[in-house]
Amino acid sequence: MSLKLTNNQIAWRAAQDIADGAYVNLGIGFPEKVAQYQPPGRQAIFHTENGILDFGESPAPGSEDWDLINAGKKAVTLKPGAAFFHHADSFAMVRGGHLDVAILGAYEVAENGDLANWSTGPRGVPAVGGAMDLVHGAKRVAVITDHVTKDGRPKLVKRCSLPLTGVGCVTRVYTSLAVIDIEGGRFVLREKLPSVSLEELQALTGAELVVPGAIADLVVPEL
Amino acid sequence: MDKTVADLATAVAGIEDGMSVMIGGFGGAGSPIELVHALIDRHLATGHPRNLTVINNNAGNGHVGLAALIETGMVAKLICSFPRSADPVVFTERYLAGEIELELVPQGTLAERIRAGGAGIPAFYTPTGFGTDLARGKAVAEFDGRSYVQERWLKADVALVKAERADRHGNLTYRAAARNFNPLMCMAATETIVQASHVVEAGAIDPEQVVTPGIFVQKVVRVANPAQEEDLNRANASYPEVAA
Repeated sequence: MSLKLTNNQIAWRAAQDIADGAYVNLGIGFPEKVAQYQPPGRQAIFHTENGILDFGESPAPGSEDWDLINAGKKAVTLKPGAAFFHHADSFAMVRGGHLDVAILGAYEVAENGDLANWSTGPRGVPAVGGAMDLVHGAKRVAVITDHVTKDGRPKLVKRCSLPLTGVGCVTRVYTSLAVIDIEGGRFVLREKLPSVSLEELQALTGAELVVPGAIADLVVPEL
Repeated sequence: MDKTVADLATAVAGIEDGMSVMIGGFGGAGSPIELVHALIDRHLATGHPRNLTVINNNAGNGHVGLAALIETGMVAKLICSFPRSADPVVFTERYLAGEIELELVPQGTLAERIRAGGAGIPAFYTPTGFGTDLARGKAVAEFDGRSYVQERWLKADVALVKAERADRHGNLTYRAAARNFNPLMCMAATETIVQASHVVEAGAIDPEQVVTPGIFVQKVVRVANPAQEEDLNRANASYPEVAA
Protein backbone atom coordinates (compact mmCIF):
# COMPACT_ATOMS: atom_id res chain seq x y z
CA MET A 1 0.00 0.00 0.00
CA SER A 2 1.23 3.50 -0.78
CA LEU A 3 2.29 5.93 1.95
CA LYS A 4 -1.06 7.67 2.06
CA LEU A 5 -4.62 7.17 0.82
CA THR A 6 -5.81 8.77 -2.39
CA ASN A 7 -8.90 11.00 -2.32
CA ASN A 8 -10.91 8.09 -3.73
CA GLN A 9 -9.73 5.87 -0.90
CA ILE A 10 -10.56 8.47 1.75
CA ALA A 11 -14.03 8.80 0.21
CA TRP A 12 -14.38 4.98 0.22
CA ARG A 13 -13.55 4.81 3.93
CA ALA A 14 -16.07 7.54 4.78
CA ALA A 15 -18.75 5.74 2.74
CA GLN A 16 -18.39 2.57 4.86
CA ASP A 17 -19.85 4.43 7.87
CA ILE A 18 -23.05 5.52 6.10
CA ALA A 19 -26.00 3.30 6.96
CA ASP A 20 -28.59 2.03 4.51
CA GLY A 21 -31.37 4.60 4.22
CA ALA A 22 -29.37 7.42 5.81
CA TYR A 23 -30.12 10.99 4.71
CA VAL A 24 -26.80 12.48 3.66
CA ASN A 25 -25.46 15.81 2.41
CA LEU A 26 -22.10 15.74 0.64
CA GLY A 27 -20.19 19.01 0.28
CA ILE A 28 -19.32 20.28 -3.19
CA GLY A 29 -16.19 18.82 -4.79
CA PHE A 30 -14.16 16.08 -3.11
CA PRO A 31 -16.96 14.94 -0.72
CA GLU A 32 -19.20 14.18 -3.73
CA LYS A 33 -16.95 11.17 -4.39
CA VAL A 34 -18.35 9.45 -1.28
CA ALA A 35 -21.55 8.64 -3.21
CA GLN A 36 -19.61 6.34 -5.55
CA TYR A 37 -18.42 4.03 -2.79
CA GLN A 38 -21.55 2.96 -0.94
CA PRO A 39 -21.21 -0.68 0.12
CA PRO A 40 -23.35 -3.16 -1.88
CA GLY A 41 -26.87 -3.44 -0.51
CA ARG A 42 -26.86 0.00 1.06
CA GLN A 43 -28.55 3.01 -0.45
CA ALA A 44 -28.28 6.41 1.18
CA ILE A 45 -30.60 9.25 0.20
CA PHE A 46 -28.64 12.31 -0.86
CA HIS A 47 -29.83 15.83 -0.10
CA THR A 48 -28.81 18.90 -2.05
CA GLU A 49 -29.30 22.38 -0.60
CA ASN A 50 -31.04 23.69 -3.70
CA GLY A 51 -34.04 21.49 -3.12
CA ILE A 52 -33.75 17.81 -4.07
CA LEU A 53 -33.81 14.63 -1.99
CA ASP A 54 -32.67 11.40 -3.62
CA PHE A 55 -30.78 12.63 -6.65
CA GLY A 56 -28.48 10.36 -8.59
CA GLU A 57 -25.56 10.49 -10.95
CA SER A 58 -24.88 12.99 -13.72
CA PRO A 59 -26.79 12.43 -16.98
CA ALA A 60 -24.96 11.72 -20.23
CA PRO A 61 -23.48 14.84 -21.81
CA GLY A 62 -26.09 16.45 -24.07
CA SER A 63 -29.05 15.21 -22.04
CA GLU A 64 -28.70 17.64 -19.13
CA ASP A 65 -31.79 19.35 -17.75
CA TRP A 66 -30.57 22.65 -16.28
CA ASP A 67 -33.53 22.81 -13.91
CA LEU A 68 -32.16 19.62 -12.37
CA ILE A 69 -28.84 20.54 -10.78
CA ASN A 70 -27.07 20.01 -7.47
CA ALA A 71 -25.55 22.59 -5.14
CA GLY A 72 -22.37 22.56 -7.25
CA LYS A 73 -24.57 23.55 -10.23
CA LYS A 74 -23.82 20.25 -11.94
CA ALA A 75 -26.61 18.44 -13.78
CA VAL A 76 -27.98 15.41 -11.89
CA THR A 77 -30.69 12.78 -12.32
CA LEU A 78 -33.48 11.64 -10.01
CA LYS A 79 -33.95 8.28 -8.32
CA PRO A 80 -37.39 6.75 -7.76
CA GLY A 81 -38.82 8.43 -4.67
CA ALA A 82 -37.10 11.77 -5.21
CA ALA A 83 -38.68 14.99 -3.94
CA PHE A 84 -38.38 18.71 -4.71
CA PHE A 85 -38.80 21.47 -2.14
CA HIS A 86 -37.99 25.15 -1.68
CA HIS A 87 -34.94 26.57 0.04
CA ALA A 88 -36.52 27.19 3.44
CA ASP A 89 -37.67 23.57 3.67
CA SER A 90 -34.25 22.46 2.45
CA PHE A 91 -32.47 24.25 5.25
CA ALA A 92 -35.10 23.16 7.78
CA MET A 93 -33.90 19.65 6.91
CA VAL A 94 -30.35 20.82 7.65
CA ARG A 95 -30.82 22.97 10.76
CA GLY A 96 -33.72 20.96 12.13
CA GLY A 97 -31.55 17.90 12.76
CA HIS A 98 -33.14 15.74 10.07
CA LEU A 99 -29.97 14.82 8.15
CA ASP A 100 -28.06 11.82 9.48
CA VAL A 101 -24.66 12.82 8.10
CA ALA A 102 -22.96 15.76 6.46
CA ILE A 103 -19.53 15.12 4.92
CA LEU A 104 -17.44 18.18 4.16
CA GLY A 105 -13.95 19.19 3.12
CA ALA A 106 -11.67 21.26 5.35
CA TYR A 107 -8.81 23.71 5.37
CA GLU A 108 -8.35 23.13 9.11
CA VAL A 109 -10.06 21.08 11.83
CA ALA A 110 -9.31 21.82 15.48
CA GLU A 111 -9.30 19.35 18.39
CA ASN A 112 -12.29 21.21 19.86
CA GLY A 113 -14.33 20.39 16.73
CA ASP A 114 -14.04 23.83 15.13
CA LEU A 115 -13.98 23.76 11.34
CA ALA A 116 -12.49 26.21 8.84
CA ASN A 117 -13.46 25.40 5.27
CA TRP A 118 -14.95 28.50 3.64
CA SER A 119 -12.30 31.23 3.51
CA THR A 120 -8.53 31.38 3.30
CA GLY A 121 -8.45 35.00 4.40
CA PRO A 122 -9.55 38.50 3.48
CA ARG A 123 -8.27 38.56 -0.12
CA GLY A 124 -10.60 38.18 -3.09
CA VAL A 125 -14.36 37.71 -3.10
CA PRO A 126 -15.78 36.02 0.02
CA ALA A 127 -18.31 33.23 -0.61
CA VAL A 128 -19.90 30.96 2.00
CA GLY A 129 -22.86 29.17 0.37
CA GLY A 130 -24.44 26.57 2.66
CA ALA A 131 -21.28 25.56 4.56
CA MET A 132 -22.12 27.41 7.78
CA ASP A 133 -25.64 25.94 7.83
CA LEU A 134 -24.54 22.39 7.08
CA VAL A 135 -22.20 22.16 10.07
CA HIS A 136 -25.16 22.70 12.40
CA GLY A 137 -27.98 20.24 12.54
CA ALA A 138 -26.75 17.07 10.88
CA LYS A 139 -26.59 14.32 13.50
CA ARG A 140 -23.00 13.61 12.46
CA VAL A 141 -20.64 16.12 10.80
CA ALA A 142 -17.63 14.37 9.29
CA VAL A 143 -14.67 15.82 7.44
CA ILE A 144 -12.64 14.17 4.70
CA THR A 145 -9.23 15.65 4.03
CA ASP A 146 -5.58 15.09 3.35
CA HIS A 147 -3.81 14.78 6.69
CA VAL A 148 -1.49 17.70 5.85
CA THR A 149 -1.52 20.68 3.48
CA LYS A 150 0.25 20.59 0.11
CA ASP A 151 3.34 22.07 1.76
CA GLY A 152 3.25 19.55 4.60
CA ARG A 153 1.68 21.52 7.46
CA PRO A 154 -0.89 19.81 9.72
CA LYS A 155 -4.55 20.36 8.85
CA LEU A 156 -5.57 18.89 12.20
CA VAL A 157 -4.64 21.63 14.63
CA LYS A 158 -5.03 22.80 18.21
CA ARG A 159 -7.02 25.88 17.18
CA CYS A 160 -7.99 27.01 13.68
CA SER A 161 -6.09 30.02 12.32
CA LEU A 162 -8.38 30.56 9.31
CA PRO A 163 -11.91 32.04 9.52
CA LEU A 164 -14.28 29.56 11.15
CA THR A 165 -17.19 27.87 9.41
CA GLY A 166 -18.57 26.55 12.68
CA VAL A 167 -17.69 26.10 16.34
CA GLY A 168 -17.40 22.64 17.91
CA CYS A 169 -19.24 20.96 15.06
CA VAL A 170 -17.02 18.17 13.67
CA THR A 171 -17.32 14.70 15.18
CA ARG A 172 -15.11 12.55 12.92
CA VAL A 173 -12.23 13.16 10.52
CA TYR A 174 -11.21 10.77 7.73
CA THR A 175 -7.72 11.67 6.55
CA SER A 176 -5.19 10.26 4.11
CA LEU A 177 -3.50 8.55 7.09
CA ALA A 178 -6.06 7.92 9.82
CA VAL A 179 -9.61 7.98 11.16
CA ILE A 180 -9.92 10.29 14.15
CA ASP A 181 -12.91 11.09 16.35
CA ILE A 182 -13.34 14.37 18.18
CA GLU A 183 -14.51 13.72 21.72
CA GLY A 184 -14.36 16.01 24.74
CA GLY A 185 -12.23 18.54 22.89
CA ARG A 186 -9.55 15.98 21.92
CA PHE A 187 -8.46 14.09 18.82
CA VAL A 188 -9.03 10.39 19.56
CA LEU A 189 -7.25 8.05 17.16
CA ARG A 190 -9.40 5.15 15.91
CA GLU A 191 -7.60 3.79 12.85
CA LYS A 192 -4.28 4.46 11.13
CA LEU A 193 -2.44 3.15 8.11
CA PRO A 194 -0.27 0.24 9.25
CA SER A 195 2.65 1.73 7.29
CA VAL A 196 2.67 4.87 9.45
CA SER A 197 4.00 4.73 13.00
CA LEU A 198 2.20 6.43 15.85
CA GLU A 199 5.19 8.79 16.25
CA GLU A 200 5.11 9.74 12.55
CA LEU A 201 1.36 10.36 12.70
CA GLN A 202 1.68 12.51 15.82
CA ALA A 203 4.45 14.54 14.14
CA LEU A 204 2.09 15.31 11.22
CA THR A 205 -0.77 16.32 13.56
CA GLY A 206 -0.95 19.78 15.13
CA ALA A 207 -2.48 18.67 18.43
CA GLU A 208 -2.14 15.69 20.72
CA LEU A 209 -3.58 12.39 19.51
CA VAL A 210 -5.28 10.49 22.29
CA VAL A 211 -4.63 6.76 21.85
CA PRO A 212 -7.28 4.68 23.61
CA GLY A 213 -5.53 1.33 23.66
CA ALA A 214 -5.31 -0.74 20.49
CA ILE A 215 -5.64 1.14 17.18
CA ALA A 216 -7.30 -0.62 14.25
CA ASP A 217 -5.51 -0.75 10.91
CA LEU A 218 -6.97 1.58 8.30
CA VAL A 219 -7.47 -0.86 5.44
CA VAL A 220 -8.79 0.38 2.13
CA PRO A 221 -8.91 -1.34 -1.28
CA GLU A 222 -6.88 -0.09 -4.22
CA LEU A 223 -9.23 2.18 -6.18
CA MET B 1 -59.50 38.59 -11.19
CA ASP B 2 -56.70 38.66 -13.75
CA LYS B 3 -53.10 39.35 -12.74
CA THR B 4 -51.65 38.79 -16.19
CA VAL B 5 -49.98 41.70 -17.97
CA ALA B 6 -49.43 42.06 -21.69
CA ASP B 7 -45.67 41.92 -21.95
CA LEU B 8 -42.34 41.97 -20.12
CA ALA B 9 -41.90 45.75 -20.48
CA THR B 10 -45.24 46.36 -18.76
CA ALA B 11 -44.36 43.87 -16.05
CA VAL B 12 -41.20 45.74 -14.97
CA ALA B 13 -42.43 49.29 -15.64
CA GLY B 14 -42.94 50.10 -11.93
CA ILE B 15 -39.41 49.31 -10.75
CA GLU B 16 -37.76 52.55 -9.65
CA ASP B 17 -34.31 53.83 -8.70
CA GLY B 18 -33.03 52.64 -5.33
CA MET B 19 -35.49 49.77 -4.95
CA SER B 20 -34.64 46.41 -3.44
CA VAL B 21 -35.21 43.58 -5.90
CA MET B 22 -35.29 39.87 -5.06
CA ILE B 23 -34.39 37.70 -8.04
CA GLY B 24 -35.27 34.01 -7.83
CA GLY B 25 -33.05 31.17 -8.91
CA PHE B 26 -30.07 29.15 -7.80
CA GLY B 27 -27.38 29.61 -10.39
CA GLY B 28 -29.36 29.39 -13.62
CA ALA B 29 -32.15 27.11 -12.38
CA GLY B 30 -35.28 29.16 -11.74
CA SER B 31 -33.60 32.39 -12.81
CA PRO B 32 -36.13 34.77 -14.47
CA ILE B 33 -33.72 35.84 -17.20
CA GLU B 34 -36.35 37.42 -19.47
CA LEU B 35 -37.66 39.69 -16.67
CA VAL B 36 -34.10 40.71 -15.81
CA HIS B 37 -33.36 41.47 -19.46
CA ALA B 38 -36.55 43.53 -19.70
CA LEU B 39 -35.31 45.58 -16.76
CA ILE B 40 -31.99 46.13 -18.56
CA ASP B 41 -33.90 47.20 -21.69
CA ARG B 42 -35.76 49.81 -19.66
CA HIS B 43 -32.54 51.12 -18.16
CA LEU B 44 -30.91 51.38 -21.57
CA ALA B 45 -33.91 53.29 -22.92
CA THR B 46 -34.57 55.60 -19.96
CA GLY B 47 -31.55 55.54 -17.63
CA HIS B 48 -33.73 53.95 -14.94
CA PRO B 49 -33.89 52.08 -12.71
CA ARG B 50 -30.45 52.25 -11.15
CA ASN B 51 -28.87 52.07 -7.71
CA LEU B 52 -30.72 48.79 -7.05
CA THR B 53 -30.16 46.45 -4.11
CA VAL B 54 -30.40 42.90 -5.45
CA ILE B 55 -31.06 39.79 -3.37
CA ASN B 56 -30.12 36.50 -5.04
CA ASN B 57 -28.22 33.39 -3.96
CA ASN B 58 -25.40 34.16 -6.39
CA ALA B 59 -23.84 37.07 -8.24
CA GLY B 60 -24.40 36.08 -11.83
CA ASN B 61 -22.55 33.90 -14.31
CA GLY B 62 -21.14 35.03 -17.63
CA HIS B 63 -22.72 38.10 -19.26
CA VAL B 64 -26.47 37.35 -19.15
CA GLY B 65 -29.22 37.62 -16.53
CA LEU B 66 -28.04 38.95 -13.16
CA ALA B 67 -24.45 39.29 -14.44
CA ALA B 68 -25.72 41.51 -17.26
CA LEU B 69 -27.74 43.58 -14.76
CA ILE B 70 -24.54 44.17 -12.79
CA GLU B 71 -22.52 44.79 -15.95
CA THR B 72 -24.99 47.48 -17.02
CA GLY B 73 -24.17 49.30 -13.78
CA MET B 74 -27.67 49.10 -12.29
CA VAL B 75 -26.75 47.34 -9.03
CA ALA B 76 -25.34 49.22 -6.02
CA LYS B 77 -25.54 46.41 -3.50
CA LEU B 78 -25.85 42.64 -3.61
CA ILE B 79 -27.11 40.42 -0.78
CA CYS B 80 -26.14 36.81 -1.52
CA SER B 81 -24.51 33.65 -0.18
CA PHE B 82 -22.18 32.61 -2.98
CA PRO B 83 -20.86 35.30 -5.34
CA ARG B 84 -18.81 32.84 -7.37
CA SER B 85 -19.66 30.92 -10.51
CA ALA B 86 -18.03 29.35 -13.53
CA ASP B 87 -17.54 32.86 -14.96
CA PRO B 88 -17.89 35.44 -12.16
CA VAL B 89 -15.77 38.14 -13.82
CA VAL B 90 -18.50 40.81 -13.95
CA PHE B 91 -19.21 40.85 -10.23
CA THR B 92 -15.61 40.14 -9.20
CA GLU B 93 -14.16 43.13 -11.07
CA ARG B 94 -16.73 45.55 -9.68
CA TYR B 95 -16.43 44.20 -6.15
CA LEU B 96 -12.64 44.40 -6.10
CA ALA B 97 -12.83 47.94 -7.54
CA GLY B 98 -15.16 48.94 -4.70
CA GLU B 99 -18.01 49.72 -7.11
CA ILE B 100 -20.56 47.33 -5.60
CA GLU B 101 -21.37 46.56 -1.99
CA LEU B 102 -21.67 42.93 -0.85
CA GLU B 103 -23.61 41.57 2.12
CA LEU B 104 -22.61 37.92 2.45
CA VAL B 105 -25.22 35.71 4.13
CA PRO B 106 -25.07 31.94 4.79
CA GLN B 107 -27.42 30.25 2.33
CA GLY B 108 -29.86 28.79 4.86
CA THR B 109 -29.93 32.06 6.78
CA LEU B 110 -30.64 33.91 3.54
CA ALA B 111 -33.57 31.59 2.80
CA GLU B 112 -34.94 31.90 6.34
CA ARG B 113 -34.52 35.70 6.41
CA ILE B 114 -36.60 35.89 3.24
CA ARG B 115 -39.17 33.45 4.60
CA ALA B 116 -39.35 35.47 7.84
CA GLY B 117 -39.83 38.66 5.83
CA GLY B 118 -42.78 37.09 4.05
CA ALA B 119 -44.21 35.66 7.24
CA GLY B 120 -44.06 38.88 9.27
CA ILE B 121 -41.41 37.64 11.69
CA PRO B 122 -38.87 40.45 12.27
CA ALA B 123 -36.08 38.31 13.71
CA PHE B 124 -35.21 34.73 14.57
CA TYR B 125 -32.35 32.78 16.14
CA THR B 126 -30.19 30.28 14.26
CA PRO B 127 -27.07 28.28 15.17
CA THR B 128 -25.69 29.08 11.71
CA GLY B 129 -22.71 31.40 11.84
CA PHE B 130 -22.32 31.42 15.61
CA GLY B 131 -18.69 32.17 16.49
CA THR B 132 -17.80 33.13 12.90
CA ASP B 133 -16.96 36.39 11.15
CA LEU B 134 -20.46 36.51 9.62
CA ALA B 135 -22.07 36.81 13.08
CA ARG B 136 -19.95 39.80 14.12
CA GLY B 137 -22.06 42.53 15.71
CA LYS B 138 -25.19 40.37 15.88
CA ALA B 139 -27.06 39.59 19.08
CA VAL B 140 -26.48 36.13 20.55
CA ALA B 141 -28.68 34.22 22.96
CA GLU B 142 -28.55 30.83 24.64
CA PHE B 143 -31.44 28.38 24.43
CA ASP B 144 -31.27 25.02 26.21
CA GLY B 145 -27.53 25.36 26.65
CA ARG B 146 -26.67 26.16 23.04
CA SER B 147 -25.76 29.52 21.48
CA TYR B 148 -27.69 31.08 18.62
CA VAL B 149 -27.30 34.18 16.46
CA GLN B 150 -30.15 36.64 15.94
CA GLU B 151 -30.91 37.30 12.28
CA ARG B 152 -33.35 39.87 10.86
CA TRP B 153 -36.05 39.43 8.27
CA LEU B 154 -35.38 40.40 4.68
CA LYS B 155 -38.05 42.06 2.55
CA ALA B 156 -37.96 43.75 -0.82
CA ASP B 157 -39.90 46.20 -2.93
CA VAL B 158 -40.05 43.77 -5.84
CA ALA B 159 -39.48 40.08 -6.51
CA LEU B 160 -38.74 38.74 -10.00
CA VAL B 161 -39.75 35.09 -10.12
CA LYS B 162 -39.74 32.24 -12.63
CA ALA B 163 -42.56 29.71 -12.52
CA GLU B 164 -43.60 26.84 -14.77
CA ARG B 165 -47.37 27.42 -14.66
CA ALA B 166 -49.38 30.35 -13.43
CA ASP B 167 -53.13 30.84 -13.47
CA ARG B 168 -54.77 34.24 -13.74
CA HIS B 169 -55.10 34.44 -9.95
CA GLY B 170 -51.33 34.06 -9.60
CA ASN B 171 -51.29 30.50 -8.28
CA LEU B 172 -47.95 28.97 -9.26
CA THR B 173 -46.17 25.71 -9.83
CA TYR B 174 -42.48 25.33 -10.50
CA ARG B 175 -40.33 22.93 -12.49
CA ALA B 176 -37.90 20.54 -10.72
CA ALA B 177 -35.15 22.30 -8.75
CA ALA B 178 -36.02 25.63 -10.37
CA ARG B 179 -38.24 26.13 -7.31
CA ASN B 180 -35.40 26.99 -4.85
CA PHE B 181 -35.78 30.62 -3.59
CA ASN B 182 -38.73 31.52 -5.83
CA PRO B 183 -41.65 30.66 -3.49
CA LEU B 184 -39.95 32.44 -0.57
CA MET B 185 -39.31 35.59 -2.57
CA CYS B 186 -42.95 35.68 -3.71
CA MET B 187 -43.91 36.05 -0.04
CA ALA B 188 -41.32 38.66 0.91
CA ALA B 189 -41.82 41.37 -1.73
CA THR B 190 -44.35 44.17 -1.91
CA GLU B 191 -44.82 43.44 -5.60
CA THR B 192 -44.10 39.99 -6.97
CA ILE B 193 -43.71 39.78 -10.75
CA VAL B 194 -43.79 36.29 -12.21
CA GLN B 195 -42.74 35.01 -15.61
CA ALA B 196 -44.38 31.68 -16.37
CA SER B 197 -43.91 29.28 -19.28
CA HIS B 198 -47.65 28.54 -19.25
CA VAL B 199 -50.45 30.89 -18.20
CA VAL B 200 -53.76 29.12 -17.68
CA GLU B 201 -57.31 29.94 -16.62
CA ALA B 202 -58.26 29.90 -12.94
CA GLY B 203 -59.11 26.32 -12.05
CA ALA B 204 -56.70 24.78 -14.53
CA ILE B 205 -54.12 24.13 -11.80
CA ASP B 206 -55.27 21.48 -9.33
CA PRO B 207 -55.47 23.22 -5.92
CA GLU B 208 -53.60 20.22 -4.45
CA GLN B 209 -50.64 21.06 -6.71
CA VAL B 210 -50.39 24.80 -6.07
CA VAL B 211 -46.96 25.62 -4.58
CA THR B 212 -47.31 29.41 -4.31
CA PRO B 213 -50.87 30.60 -3.61
CA GLY B 214 -51.87 33.63 -5.67
CA ILE B 215 -52.13 35.95 -2.65
CA PHE B 216 -48.33 36.27 -2.85
CA VAL B 217 -48.32 37.29 -6.52
CA GLN B 218 -49.20 40.65 -8.11
CA LYS B 219 -48.27 40.34 -11.80
CA VAL B 220 -47.93 37.43 -14.22
CA VAL B 221 -46.41 37.57 -17.68
CA ARG B 222 -46.16 34.68 -20.12
CA VAL B 223 -42.68 33.74 -21.40
CA ALA B 224 -43.35 30.64 -23.43
CA ASN B 225 -39.85 29.30 -23.98
CA PRO B 226 -37.57 30.79 -21.34
CA ALA B 227 -33.83 30.68 -21.88
CA GLN B 228 -31.58 28.69 -19.56
CA GLU B 229 -28.59 30.63 -18.28
CA GLU B 230 -26.38 27.56 -18.74
CA ASP B 231 -27.33 27.27 -22.42
CA LEU B 232 -26.72 30.98 -23.01
CA ASN B 233 -23.32 30.79 -21.34
CA ARG B 234 -22.31 27.72 -23.32
CA ALA B 235 -23.12 29.77 -26.43
CA ASN B 236 -21.00 32.67 -25.04
CA ALA B 237 -24.06 34.92 -25.13
CA SER B 238 -24.12 38.38 -23.62
CA TYR B 239 -26.96 40.82 -22.98
CA PRO B 240 -27.58 43.15 -24.62
CA GLU B 241 -26.21 41.30 -27.63
CA VAL B 242 -22.94 42.73 -28.81
CA ALA B 243 -23.16 43.73 -32.46
CA ALA B 244 -20.94 41.53 -34.60
